[in-house]
Amino acid sequence: MNRLPPARLQGAAWLGAGPLFAGLDLELPVGWTCLIGPSGSGKSTVLRLLAGLPTGARFEGTVTAPDRIAYMAQADLLLPRLTVMQNVELGQRLRGVKPDRARAASLLARTGLAGLERRRPAALSGGQRQRVALARALMEDAPLVLLDEPFSALDSANRQRMQDLAVTALAGRRVLLVTHDPLEAIRLGARICLLAGGAFAEIEALPGAIPHGAQEAGFGRIYETVMARLMEAE
Amino acid sequence: MRAAAPILVLLALWQAVVSLSGAPAFILPPPLMVLEAAKDNAGLLAASAAVTGAEVVTGLILGALLGCSVAVFMVLAPSLGRFLRPILLLSQAVPVFALAPVLTLWLGYGIVPKIVVTVMIVFFPLASVFHDGLMATPEGLLDLSRLARAGRWQEFRRIRLPSALPSLGAGLTVAAVYAPIGAVTGEWVGASQGLGYVMLMANARSHADLTFAALIVLVALTLVLYAATRWIERWLRS
Repeated sequence: MNRLPPARLQGAAWLGAGPLFAGLDLELPVGWTCLIGPSGSGKSTVLRLLAGLPTGARFEGTVTAPDRIAYMAQADLLLPRLTVMQNVELGQRLRGVKPDRARAASLLARTGLAGLERRRPAALSGGQRQRVALARALMEDAPLVLLDEPFSALDSANRQRMQDLAVTALAGRRVLLVTHDPLEAIRLGARICLLAGGAFAEIEALPGAIPHGAQEAGFGRIYETVMARLMEAE
Repeated sequence: MRAAAPILVLLALWQAVVSLSGAPAFILPPPLMVLEAAKDNAGLLAASAAVTGAEVVTGLILGALLGCSVAVFMVLAPSLGRFLRPILLLSQAVPVFALAPVLTLWLGYGIVPKIVVTVMIVFFPLASVFHDGLMATPEGLLDLSRLARAGRWQEFRRIRLPSALPSLGAGLTVAAVYAPIGAVTGEWVGASQGLGYVMLMANARSHADLTFAALIVLVALTLVLYAATRWIERWLRS
């Protein structure tokens, strides 16, 4: 598992004439890295640059990323005309490969969606739809997983369930989670990076296995640190 | 059935205008007289409606196929699309009504020039609406196809086309309402049959009642066509 291809972003970006960030060097180890920052700080740009997606920003630097990348966004991005099963198989369908139905079915079972394979997305709850999106991301079996606030639109209980499910399902991969929620970053980050006011910094994260609980020693202190950094950036 | 009430109101209004203005029947015939004329000429109107209907439906289908192909082509081959766009616009800048006599000169008095005029009227709005739909795919969905390194064709087939089907439905509905205008325009400049021909002949002989009867049949034909495309539109949306 440590033979995963590297993922790293180094450089600077500008939005129009104004600098978005400079001197950024983000190398993703195996496990969860959380990138936190206020809206407009460029954290999604970092994720999209790693993904090779268009950003609207001008970037100078180097991107090192594996060929195959799994991705989840805040919107579930399910195709309304396809069934749950077909949505999970979308990556293979887009590559023109024959979908691996057995694997899709087992991933749907793993994400708690067994029995819903033939439903359309419109017939699912918001939490279930995001589970389909997770199953679709898992289907890619990618060494690098990019998560752009995929839990933000969920209610608290569903958010925690999805976070725990994602932690289990994505173990052993390089994961970058972009979020604006300090609690989420501390809960899930083996590493926490902060992007605010054009500056990039790494913040102390809780040691040990994720997801972290709020009762763990140091949780409150790190929360205060992150909040102070976020407040002074604005 | 929902259309019954407004139609009754329109008929009452029509009758009221006739009664109040005292307009002679050869200028504005009352509704009942038009109904009478429709009954007396039922055979002629039915045969004419069949001819015009055939022109409209054929023109609509061919125009839709052409419009869709142009839209798809412009999406799959953007550079050729950029080359094609001004030509398409130019084709629409030529007033069809002015072109219709030329088409009759080239293609004769038969059904073909009417179909061509219909195609010309139908294809552009359809191509334009469908093309816009194909280009308005949500960015997030396109991100998925970029991440999967999908080819242009797979992206089109799996992502762009399904997202654009509602706009194809909307384009078809607009086309269905325009199509009869094309066929009647074609008939207007030279024909020996069809509803446009009947209207022109009846008008020339001051048979306003028959003109109105033919007009109402044409409206009914358009409404049936509209209802059919609405049904297709709903199917494309689901």
